[in-house]
Amino acid sequence: MEKTAKKMNPVSAFFHSQMVIPVVALLLLLVFNLIMDPTFFKITLGTNSAGDPVLSGNLISVLNNGSELAILAIGMTLVTAATGGQDISVGATIAISGSVLLRVICGGEAKPAELAAPVFVGFLAACAAAMLCGAFNGILVAGFKIQPMIATLILYTAGRSIAAWVNNNTLPIVPGEKFTYFGGFIPGIAMPTPFLIAVLCFIVIALVLKFTNLGIYTQAVGINESAARLNGLKPAAIKILSFVILGVCVSVAALIKVSRISSINYSVIAQNIEMDAILAVALGGNSLGGGKFNIWASVLAAYVIQLLTTTLYKFKVSSDALPAYKAVVVIILVVMSAPVVREKMSELGKRFKTPTKEVG
Amino acid sequence: MKENVVLEMKNISKSFPGVRALQNVDFSLCEGEIHALMGENGAGKSTLIKVLTGVYGKDSGEIYLKGENGAVNIHSPQGAQKLGISTVYQEITLCPNLTVAENMYIGRGKGWKQNWKKINADTDRILQSLGIPAKATQQLSSCSIAIQQMVAIARAVDMECKVLILDEPTSSLDESEVEKLFKLMRDLRAKGVGIIFVTHFLDQVYEVCDKITVLRDGKLVGQYEIKDLPRLKLVAKMLGKEFDDMAEIRGESEEYSAADAGTPVFEAKGLQSNAGIYPFDFHINKGEVNGFTGLLGSGRSECVRAIFGADHVVAGKVKVKGKDVKIKNPLDAMKNGIAYLPEDRKVDGIIGDLSVRDNIILAAQVLRGFFRPFSKAEAQKAAEEYIKLLEIKTASADTPIKSLSGGNQQKVILARWLFAHPEYLILDEPTRGIDIGTKTEIQKLVLKLASEGMSVTFISSETDEMLRTCSRLIVMRDRKVVGELTGADLNQNKIMSTIAGGESV
Repeated sequence: MEKTAKKMNPVSAFFHSQMVIPVVALLLLLVFNLIMDPTFFKITLGTNSAGDPVLSGNLISVLNNGSELAILAIGMTLVTAATGGQDISVGATIAISGSVLLRVICGGEAKPAELAAPVFVGFLAACAAAMLCGAFNGILVAGFKIQPMIATLILYTAGRSIAAWVNNNTLPIVPGEKFTYFGGFIPGIAMPTPFLIAVLCFIVIALVLKFTNLGIYTQAVGINESAARLNGLKPAAIKILSFVILGVCVSVAALIKVSRISSINYSVIAQNIEMDAILAVALGGNSLGGGKFNIWASVLAAYVIQLLTTTLYKFKVSSDALPAYKAVVVIILVVMSAPVVREKMSELGKRFKTPTKEVG
Repeated sequence: MKENVVLEMKNISKSFPGVRALQNVDFSLCEGEIHALMGENGAGKSTLIKVLTGVYGKDSGEIYLKGENGAVNIHSPQGAQKLGISTVYQEITLCPNLTVAENMYIGRGKGWKQNWKKINADTDRILQSLGIPAKATQQLSSCSIAIQQMVAIARAVDMECKVLILDEPTSSLDESEVEKLFKLMRDLRAKGVGIIFVTHFLDQVYEVCDKITVLRDGKLVGQYEIKDLPRLKLVAKMLGKEFDDMAEIRGESEEYSAADAGTPVFEAKGLQSNAGIYPFDFHINKGEVNGFTGLLGSGRSECVRAIFGADHVVAGKVKVKGKDVKIKNPLDAMKNGIAYLPEDRKVDGIIGDLSVRDNIILAAQVLRGFFRPFSKAEAQKAAEEYIKLLEIKTASADTPIKSLSGGNQQKVILARWLFAHPEYLILDEPTRGIDIGTKTEIQKLVLKLASEGMSVTFISSETDEMLRTCSRLIVMRDRKVVGELTGADLNQNKIMSTIAGGESV
């Protein structure tokens, strides 16, 4: 009896759940678009210049362009949960990772006639580079006890220069069609590849969370490091691990980013993406102070952020003014997700539900 | 008010929700005396000091100060300072990145301009007069902890304090530093400052103090001249036991006999950690319940933390079931079948936001390994089993542990370690802050586990509880093992005289 008595009613439970903010934000944006212009939701199946089938439409472009952010949100959520801090170097490490990728597959030439190494090998090198950057950040944070934001400021500052240095400041252009598949479409498949890669990442992290103790270890360290240590965990190792996993996410995002243009622009690639990734974690209702986390809420929030960007573009907001509009929406969402406001909302939920209960 | 009395507190009461922290406590302090304030955990020492320094408001009672007409009202630490009451805490509350002089004068300047030349000269003069080996222009962090503490005291003295409160100033000092601090305290006494000295170290009380006030459970036990209160009586007063007419309390625990012991489950020689305890030897046999006893701060917890590898072990040899092993961290200890329920449940025990279920499986999960998580069904089964076994009151296994009551949280942590199936269980203050019923349950559980062959080390501030459960007690004083009691020696009198040491009866 006690069990049922203490269980929350569904409305109140929903307002307590982490998913509430991204879901509500998603619905608001969708309803807004529906009212303003129902054609926003139009999805068409056409063919591209090569004659292959491709899906197009605003929603498809959200899924396509939001992929890098969603992939980064996975790693950023883990780093936030384990360390109670954020990695602001992901944009710069995408530049490094992407640059390493180009260096390997282009063999150091600016305009090679053909690939110097398979893309797979290039990706492995890029992945290793990004994991190394992650380990560097992780060791600074866990070993030297530097605040995550300060520790990652180093690569944030230096990363794009390192990226340029890797390719001797040239901008290699990848020859051939095949490399564009990662950031575009694979012939015969109408869904954009970035989204498919993102889904693959979601499946991998879901399996990792199911078949390892990553989830409970990360949360234990994030919530109470001292108690975690007395239960035989090694907090430093877990924090470093979270940064290394973020490194893997960075390399995947780098592959997509570089493939989109078959080249790289060191100063522009993935610019400010770290802020959107952190925002995705926050919007997902995860405490930025670490502890309990929900990766799926962050992932959903990442797509919500992309939907917001696409919506604003749709309404002809110029790219210069975009951040200002985004900021307004972010303020609203963040205030909505503040614990004080959520408490109030769940109280409203209870009040809404109680009369029916008494009748029943 | 008598001529030389500088501070008088009368009938001070202070309640917190559910706790009467102070009940009609009187306290008086004379000029030029060092007055020890003694008491065990929860006695009300720190509440009394916080009332005096304006951190807490008092519910009732009066405070009189020499030179002030009538009772004074102290609303804030700043107010207390203005009235000449200064406090130096265990942790340095100065700014390490400023110079000594800046620390002495920070927050005291009037107006915007500071004459640093004069301030530095003044500081050097004060430091010299107090015999503190530091320079005004030296950065504070370059001084040792003891010197920093002395600078804090110098700052207080220079603010013309009449009452100086030293709250466990010696906890992080070594012997020679303590000597220096005592010299400074004696000098100040000669200058007429009244000093309230809070410490856990009996030796220090008898070395430097003139009077002792003992509190227990928020009530005044009494105020004594140091010569009228030998150590043994002091310990008895702090613990609330009369030494002479105390009945023999021996519980149902069996007599300890070394003969049928066999190979100890755990054995340590010269074990020492970086937490400031002296090296100690220790062993425990299969099915034995033993315990560390001593006053608060005597090093009980530090000993078991060293055994579990919770503090950094710097020396010593360890054997588990006769085999040499190295225990460098908690995981090593757990792999050797040792479990440790920490003293501070909130800080070291619970993972607040995680569910009761996750909290229960955590230790066993870590032992199983990263790649072998319990399935949801297994975890749920384990959680339900222990919730039933230990009668944990929780809405469900999904409830976050932080929303449980203290006693139930403790049971969850206990369940966590039982589920890890250790051979040697260390319980550090498992009954602190929980209700009587649960206390008895835990004591019974300890005896039951021991009868099933588990070895248990039990630490408690309540000696009754230890006498009821332990068949051997290791007695500690001032971070040293000073005795081991078994059989007929297991009684309050013997424990107290061993704790008191020195000129015991």
